[in-house]
Amino acid sequence: MRYLPLTARDRGDMLAAIGVPSIDALFADVPAAARRDGLVDLPRAMGELEVERRIAAMAAKNTAAGSVPFFLGGGAYRHHVPAAVDHLIQRGEFLTSYTPYQPEVAQGTLQALFEFQTQVALLTGMEVANASLYDGATACAEAVAMARRVTRRDRAILSGGLHPHYREVCQTYGGFAGTGPVLMPPVPGGGEDLARLIDRDTACVVVQNPDFFGGLHDYSALADSCHAAGALLVVIVAEVVSLGLVKPPGEMGADIVAAEGQSFGNALNFGGPHLGLFATRDRYVRQMPGRLAGQTADADGRRGWVLTLSTREQHIRREKATSNICTNSGLCALAFTIHLALLGEAGLTRLARLNHEAAIKTADRLAAVPGVTVLTGSFFNEFTVQLPRAAGPVVDKLAARGVLAGIPLSRLYPGEAGLADLLLVAATETVTDDDIDRLAAGLTEGLR
Amino acid sequence: MSLLRFTKDHEWIRQEGDTAVIGITDYAQEQLGDVVYVELPELGRQVERGGEAAVVESAKAASEVYAPVAGEVVAVNDAIAADPATVNTDPMGNGWFIKLRLAEPAQLDGLMDEAAYRKFIAELK
Amino acid sequence: MTGWSQALGAHPGAAAGAAETVSGNRGLQIEEKLLFEQDSPGHCGVDLPEPAGLAPRLGGTERKGPIGLPGLSEPQIVRHFTRLSQKNYAIDSGIYPLGSCTMKHNPRLNEKLARLPGFADLHPLQPPATVAGALELVDTLAHWLKTLTGMPAMALSPAAGAHGELCGMMTIRAALTARGDPRRRILVPESAHGTNPATAATCGYAIDNIPNNARGRVDLAALKAELGGDVAALMLTNPNTCGLFEDEILDIAAAVHSAGAFFYCDGANFNAIVGRVRPGDLGIDALHLNLHKTFSTPHGGGGPGSGPVALAAELAPFAPLPWLVHDHGGLRLVEHRDGEAAQSIGRLKGFHGQIGMFVRALAYMMSHGADGLKQAAEDAVLNANYLRVRLEGALSLSYPGPCMHEVLFDDRFLKDTGATTLDFAKALIDEGFHPMTMYFPLIVHGALLIEPTESESKASLDQFADTVLALAARARGGDATSFHAAPRLAPRRRLDETTAARKPVLRWRPEPAQREAAE
Repeated sequence: MRYLPLTARDRGDMLAAIGVPSIDALFADVPAAARRDGLVDLPRAMGELEVERRIAAMAAKNTAAGSVPFFLGGGAYRHHVPAAVDHLIQRGEFLTSYTPYQPEVAQGTLQALFEFQTQVALLTGMEVANASLYDGATACAEAVAMARRVTRRDRAILSGGLHPHYREVCQTYGGFAGTGPVLMPPVPGGGEDLARLIDRDTACVVVQNPDFFGGLHDYSALADSCHAAGALLVVIVAEVVSLGLVKPPGEMGADIVAAEGQSFGNALNFGGPHLGLFATRDRYVRQMPGRLAGQTADADGRRGWVLTLSTREQHIRREKATSNICTNSGLCALAFTIHLALLGEAGLTRLARLNHEAAIKTADRLAAVPGVTVLTGSFFNEFTVQLPRAAGPVVDKLAARGVLAGIPLSRLYPGEAGLADLLLVAATETVTDDDIDRLAAGLTEGLR
Repeated sequence: MSLLRFTKDHEWIRQEGDTAVIGITDYAQEQLGDVVYVELPELGRQVERGGEAAVVESAKAASEVYAPVAGEVVAVNDAIAADPATVNTDPMGNGWFIKLRLAEPAQLDGLMDEAAYRKFIAELK
Repeated sequence: MTGWSQALGAHPGAAAGAAETVSGNRGLQIEEKLLFEQDSPGHCGVDLPEPAGLAPRLGGTERKGPIGLPGLSEPQIVRHFTRLSQKNYAIDSGIYPLGSCTMKHNPRLNEKLARLPGFADLHPLQPPATVAGALELVDTLAHWLKTLTGMPAMALSPAAGAHGELCGMMTIRAALTARGDPRRRILVPESAHGTNPATAATCGYAIDNIPNNARGRVDLAALKAELGGDVAALMLTNPNTCGLFEDEILDIAAAVHSAGAFFYCDGANFNAIVGRVRPGDLGIDALHLNLHKTFSTPHGGGGPGSGPVALAAELAPFAPLPWLVHDHGGLRLVEHRDGEAAQSIGRLKGFHGQIGMFVRALAYMMSHGADGLKQAAEDAVLNANYLRVRLEGALSLSYPGPCMHEVLFDDRFLKDTGATTLDFAKALIDEGFHPMTMYFPLIVHGALLIEPTESESKASLDQFADTVLALAARARGGDATSFHAAPRLAPRRRLDETTAARKPVLRWRPEPAQREAAE
């Protein structure tokens, strides 16, 4: 077995040194009734070539996004990731290191996390960000839990424009603590009045920008309503590239920002691993979940970094921790940081503009398709269109012809008959004019 | 004449009329190491005897400060929140945590006096 | 002895006392500024086409001010992160004996396969017909995990071990609620990972600790005394965090079940018993697996992980969404709480789980096969026991006798030396090794928990053991001062964690002068 360095002779010598006759003696504490002789019923060891052949065969049965005109978003976005990103995150010193609990020999990871935290704070317009959570959906649930701790109030109000998976995760988490969230119905056209729902039991209002249907909002007035009532405003960002062009939640008065960071540096990965971002105000930092890298000095007075404010965390605070999270999304955060570093201010602004323009071009083309109406007036790189019939079968039909046209909302809201004819379409910088032509042509034909 | 008492959780409590000042002992601050953060209760909060009244943290440990007796929080020491090192340098003086209006002054009777506490920590070492 | 000194090519003492260079250079350890301190405004490391200049449709939500991100070219970025990487210790560089963390070799084949466009470039909401191979991979992984655990159902979506715990405990609570028997307490041994009580609290439970006995296992009598009609579950790690198999586990399971409670097992240490013991045969109702420990998906400096949960039949109806079910000879993704999934606790994360980690874990399992997986577990146990016998004469073994995949020492051997567990660990850094886990588990004083894993050769183990023995001799020889000063040869000496926590600096901010100039 190529991954096991011990030779048969080593094993014999070591058993002799230990003073036991066989390996079985070291498993003597296993109750006899639970011991198993022989091998489990699974295939035997395989060489690299054989494993690669079998797993590549499974990969070959899938339609990779990059192989066809591709217009899916809905919380996972296909962007071009510069080659340097993957090269750097595959360096063994990053890939094969542990959580930086020994700071003297983990300064690389710690400095990168400090840079990541700074980037997230700058992007979101917030004062402080943590070293990542699992994904946007769990970050959203953690934001609600944190708002409940900060305000000592029970209830979260979730906008109908919040990603349905984020809503469901909040519901799952919330079902085990307090009374659970208030869920507003989905409103693809916008026009939701959340301020009227805020009362003395409201811990937070959770909104998304752009909302799940693509629409952009300025939540400044809602922030004022929240603050006047002693509640927090949580703003979710599922497409962080939008922050290159759109007013950040911090400037709208958000108290907590939870976001999905996959767009920078990370592949679609069929939904995971992705990258949870979490940012807040300085005054709430001790209520924050997750790890934090902080700056300090070493015994020689040289600048260095450590994990800090650890008393919030499970390994010290146990049942009183702010969250049970331990492993987070370290390497995804590193990929995010490298991609964003490569882009810089100028690159991000341009990338965001290219995304917006791709979406404008796509929307205009689709609006010209007979029977199609674009419902979203202001958007970043994603918008909702109404088709003259149920969107699901149309999407399947286009997929069979090699066009991945978008996400039929029926996939996410199967019970909402009113949404069955809606299609969520995203266009990033990876979309070409030819892709848009093929989408428009496919839709024209598919609706005929 | 003030009455000084101690708990097995290493808090001290000094009665001053119908109020009492509470802090952590020198032994406690030494065990904890450099104090980096103190969380104090809001004024007016009613605390139970044995209930959690404050939290004190070092870089690698956190522990609750329990109210040795029941009462209402009438003062908190904001100076230690601003400069937690005071808890290390002067635990029995400027490093006090909270002041309670005693609900039942007789609850103090069950606590250790200084001699008993010294004996108690000598046995721990 | 080995050490950083070899890399430095200099005498250790000379390196430590070397005069500061103008550049800050110390061997390969060049000081590297923050990205934000290397800004060439307007510069960019990605060449993008010129936008067409279309009128924006942002509805008046345009960002007004700058973001504040620095501009750098690609060579600068590559050099920056390469330099940072060189300040890290890694499994690729040497033994990483962190007990409970399982730092084993990460095969590069797994990285290659996870990056196949057929997996990495798949959107989670593509039409199911376009992702048949991905569903097949998930199903194959589930089959391997079910076979190895001997349990009938797998919940695959949890993103890491602690998330898996949450999944398992929520599932248990849902099952009890459905049974009309809500219970309020969770029992957790004192030796447990901190995530266990934190998870139970997140699920709204009260936590009671169970003491360990003198043999480092759960005190069965104390457990039985605590069990009652209000106990929802026991959370137990097996092999436990002392590196010991809970030899009374069948009695523990029977006691828990006869009290009407569930038996949750923290599978962080499953790597010790893969292929030899099936948790399903031990009476366990729910068990999370850390794919990033047992099945070698890389730790990546703190994730991403993956924490699938094996469930007993009684808990399976409550598993989180999505489900992957076999019907009409094919695989179907169930994404909503209706039909067969009506009792599901709901969704625990966005989309379907950590597919990228599934590819890596499956590649690892297929490479090893049934025979290799068993051999890997045996080698992990053999390596730990070899270190035990090599070190037990000089260090203080907490519990006598064979251990499983990790061996626990405490700090009695340092008594009166003036050096602590922390000092000892930091001295190991100067020898070129990553320290063992320190001060965990909490039930012994000054714990040193060593897990070599199956990835170490005998020569590597001997080199490590020789070094630890020499350090122990040095500590006994009264050289406390050098221990207090360690590490001297790492990229940084000991860092001031007190100041970091008292006055947190959690992000870079421009110097006031720069900020004014910018405004």
